[in-house]
Amino acid sequence: MTISIDPQKTNNESLQPKGWLRYFSFSLDHKVIGIQYLVCGFLFYLIGGTLASAIRIELASPMSDFMPRDVYNQVLTLHGTIMIFLWIVPVVNGAFGNYLIPFYVGARDMAFPRLNAVAFWLIPPSGLMLVASYFVEGAAQAGWTAYPPLSITTPQSGQIIWILSVLLLGGSSIFGGINFIATIIKLRRPGLKLMQLPMYCWAMLGTSLLVVLSTPVLAGTLILLSFDIIANTGFFNPVLGGNVVVYQHLFWFYSHPAVYIMVLPAFGLVSEILPVHARKPLFGYTTMVFSIMGIVVLGLVVWAHHMFTSGTPPWMRLFFTIATAFIAVPTGIKFFNWVATLWGGKISINSAMLFSCGFIINFVFGGITGVALAQVPFDIHVHDTYFVVAHFHYIVYGGTVFIIFSSIYHWFPKVTGKMFNEKLGILHFIITFIGFNLCFAPQHWLGLNGMPRRVAEYDPQFQFVNQISSLGALLMAISTIPFLINVFVSVRNGKDAGDNPWNALTPEWLTSSPPPVENWEGEAPLVQEPYGYGEEISEQK
Amino acid sequence: MLNKYFYLILIISLVFAISFWIGFNVNLLPAEASINAPIYDELFKILFIIGLIIFIGMTIAVIYSLFKFRKRNDQIGDGIALEGNLSLEIVWTIIPSIIVLLIGLYSYNIYDRMGGMKDLNHNHEMMSSNTEKIWAGISQTSDNEIAINNLSIEVSAMQFAFLFNYPKGNFISGELHVPVDQKVSMKMESKDVIHAFWVPEFRIKQDIIPGQPTILNFTPTKVGKYPIICAELCGPYHGGMRASIIVEEESDYNEWFNKNKKPEVNL
Amino acid sequence: MTTLDSSNEIQKNNSEVDESHEDFRMFGLITFLIADGMTFAGFFAAYLTYKAVNPLPDGAIYELELPIPTLNTILLLVSSATFHKAGKALLKDKNSDSQKWLCFTAFLGIIFLICQLFEYFHLPFGLTDNLFASTFYALTGFHGLHVTLGTLMILIIAWQSRIDGGRLSSQNMFPLEAVELYWHFVDGIWVILFIILYLL
Ligand code: HEA
Ligand code: HEA
Ligand code: CUA
Ligand SMILES: [Cu+2]
Repeated sequence: MTISIDPQKTNNESLQPKGWLRYFSFSLDHKVIGIQYLVCGFLFYLIGGTLASAIRIELASPMSDFMPRDVYNQVLTLHGTIMIFLWIVPVVNGAFGNYLIPFYVGARDMAFPRLNAVAFWLIPPSGLMLVASYFVEGAAQAGWTAYPPLSITTPQSGQIIWILSVLLLGGSSIFGGINFIATIIKLRRPGLKLMQLPMYCWAMLGTSLLVVLSTPVLAGTLILLSFDIIANTGFFNPVLGGNVVVYQHLFWFYSHPAVYIMVLPAFGLVSEILPVHARKPLFGYTTMVFSIMGIVVLGLVVWAHHMFTSGTPPWMRLFFTIATAFIAVPTGIKFFNWVATLWGGKISINSAMLFSCGFIINFVFGGITGVALAQVPFDIHVHDTYFVVAHFHYIVYGGTVFIIFSSIYHWFPKVTGKMFNEKLGILHFIITFIGFNLCFAPQHWLGLNGMPRRVAEYDPQFQFVNQISSLGALLMAISTIPFLINVFVSVRNGKDAGDNPWNALTPEWLTSSPPPVENWEGEAPLVQEPYGYGEEISEQK
Repeated sequence: MLNKYFYLILIISLVFAISFWIGFNVNLLPAEASINAPIYDELFKILFIIGLIIFIGMTIAVIYSLFKFRKRNDQIGDGIALEGNLSLEIVWTIIPSIIVLLIGLYSYNIYDRMGGMKDLNHNHEMMSSNTEKIWAGISQTSDNEIAINNLSIEVSAMQFAFLFNYPKGNFISGELHVPVDQKVSMKMESKDVIHAFWVPEFRIKQDIIPGQPTILNFTPTKVGKYPIICAELCGPYHGGMRASIIVEEESDYNEWFNKNKKPEVNL
Repeated sequence: MTTLDSSNEIQKNNSEVDESHEDFRMFGLITFLIADGMTFAGFFAAYLTYKAVNPLPDGAIYELELPIPTLNTILLLVSSATFHKAGKALLKDKNSDSQKWLCFTAFLGIIFLICQLFEYFHLPFGLTDNLFASTFYALTGFHGLHVTLGTLMILIIAWQSRIDGGRLSSQNMFPLEAVELYWHFVDGIWVILFIILYLL
């Protein structure tokens, strides 16, 4: 079961369809599952992005004129839920994790291939269910946070489907997390020490710990919420003596760590990409590892910074302020280390590199507004305004989505054996970067000056700035065109990439591109220095 | 060697200068109309400047590296094999820790000055019945705290409106009228879902949570009409759930109050 | 398929990986149980918070009788011990002994469930009566679900440990060990639940 020994599985494998078709059928190969995650996630990104475009169209004018108000709420709820649970989380964890982790630990597959396949196949049905709920009685419309009592009193079928779908996605995420922990800790190639693993393994280990510790709490919370809706209990219903703030605590106990579930893997990916294209070792490996673990630990104890106006006691606000702000320290270490990795390198300025550097700049910006939000008195004014919307889009889009694109460019030759078109890639970066900043930078001002979030109508004084923002969103939508053209053309007609076009040293490059079914023809190579770049080594070559 | 440090220092001072200049000259906030607002803006300015320094500094570092260390066409081979530098790493652990700690302490101080650290169950005169628990809110200290004329208003929020009850005048209004420079004390309750009371010009916001009466105190300092915005998603018309707060001179306020006052009904 | 053949070769030579095989399934199970435990932790946290900050309305009934849950605690603790016996017996290749102990364990589990249902039917409050009642049913119900699942799994492995044709033997202890770990976990949760819900 571990590594292809299972004769049953090998037979299975040879019966599997070859070529593109295998990506549409049930497979146990970690590489196929990884690509399935990626493609599925990207399709949901297009859906989520279409919803975002609808939001921006509605907000181009101060009146609520593009869609009915309750539909607007459904759209923003679905946008948030789809982007988080069906795009970011499955892709940075599931897609890249499944593709890369077995290579990095020197294994032929994940620890539990069947569980892995199950985890993936939970996603498409629950995602489709979520989208389809719109056509039943209207989708959920209480925001992606689903705060009761609103989520109890809005039309029920949509909310119930939302809960069901998030529960399934949470289950998928937990199965994935268990699999990653077991693979990284137990399935390492003999002789490979933990401190020799590529950084992405550490990032995934930290992320999976967060998944395993926090996602079940969300599941429990949503079960209670569904009781409130179906069985008329009163856990979160004040009319029946319940307490709505308890829901918020439980929800954020998951959903704050969830933001690190969305970004830690991206931190890992950027640590793989920068050294290769800067031709330098990753700066400060050990501190990088400790900072990941520091983020994991701190990330579990800061959840109440989302509730500074919900009537938390003063001491609690104080504690959560300090704890939250301290996350800037381990995160800062990582960023300084990345800049130091660039420093003195021989940097190839290509699409992967540009998206990674864009990530650094955007994330620092979003992180700084995050630290500001962590200060209670500051947050009181801007909580639930567009300032918060701007903060997290800077991080989830400017951070994670940028890294997803960077990684797609970086590993494209690995997966397909073809080179993509570098010029189109750089064009994609330029439009995305401009559009992104145009869209979200002005939203900080909107929030500070009095525009709350989740509204379909607003003061006419904000119209101009909102239109700039909508223009930025349009550019972002356009930017997917060169990307899609690039991918479709290059997959068929791209130049042959060879096995290792970047001359990278991490293990996945030390096999043919695309890799054979069992990853290596012979024995897995033992890579003890995944970042052994630098003058001395290249001289020896 | 000297040259290198000279440039480094020059760039750092330039970054500082730009950040301070922007911090002091770019105003991103709406008018200041309560005694909270200047305190808030002080914090904002500090955070803005620190944030700018870090952001501009990092951006320059990244863009500079991309230019300076880019691979020229004729170059082959790798960069330097530098795997880390312990003292450098210690420096950039300690400096952010200190910054973050100082910001934290400072914002604690700000919060205290805003009245956020007050224990609400003691200093509130509206708490006629001692059994009722007050959950949270901001209770503001100010010089005129002892003012006998301390204004007490009961706010109820519902889908999709705010109602302001003036118990002393025995009437309910859809607009909040308050006299300038006096401490206003509100007890807020929600009839259905969570709402939030936000006045951007006052820099205060408090969720109104069903089942949990909440206190919010503030002192307006500037005559004018300001929007009251519901800041918590509360249903389809959440965006339209607004009211106005009208801050007026005491005489105007009294006039308005007496016009609306209803005689006491004895039950 | 030369690649596959050669990898099979390697697999045979690489005995180290083969040995860790059993081990990491157990490891996966433990990780899963930690996750499952966090669900309970969430419920417990909610219950304790409610208890601390949400007073029940006047006249709400929330008294619990102790005899049945105490009996249930004993049942589960004994069942943990009998399960352990089953494992020992299987290890010594006494399959039918093992089977008997497993059946007995499952029997204790079923009694537990019956007692639980009995308690449900005789409680003076229903699911939606008040906050305490709802949390009580949610917690015990979620735990009861675990016991039900556990009992079913015990019955399955009891069936599997039959001498001829069963998959379970001293050579293949994993299913038994896995269910045993799960069962101890469910017991542990019950003890915590008993203390928090009934005794506090
Ligand atoms: C991937 C997602 C992600 C990430 C990584 C973060 C990271 C951080 N977030 Fe963010 N956040 C969200 C996604 C994310 N957030 C989302 C989705 C919401 C809204 C949820 C909703 O309500 O719908 C939110 C909301 C949110 C709030 C609540 C706002 C409100 O509703 O009122 C707060 C408050 O404290 C906060 C803080 C922070 C902080 C301090 C960090 C830190 O981790 C950032 C640390 C990074 C840096 C600081 C930059 C690098 C550091 C340096 C260069 C060192 C030097 C810096 C200093 C000394 C300051 N976030
Ligand atoms: C996690 C990831 C993530 C990502 C990537 C995005 C991406 C975007 N978001 Fe999202 N957003 C959230 C997470 C995310 N968002 C969350 C969690 C919320 C809070 C929800 C809540 O309040 O509950 C939110 C809320 C939110 C709001 C606030 C709504 C409100 O409060 O009223 C806005 C408004 O501008 C917005 C805009 C955008 C835009 C313009 C993009 C763009 O970057 C999108 C760019 C992509 C595209 C434009 C796709 C291109 C494709 C097409 C145009 C379609 C082509 C179609 C086919 C070929 C079929 N988002
Ligand atoms: Cu009331 Cu939003
Ligand atoms: Cu958070």
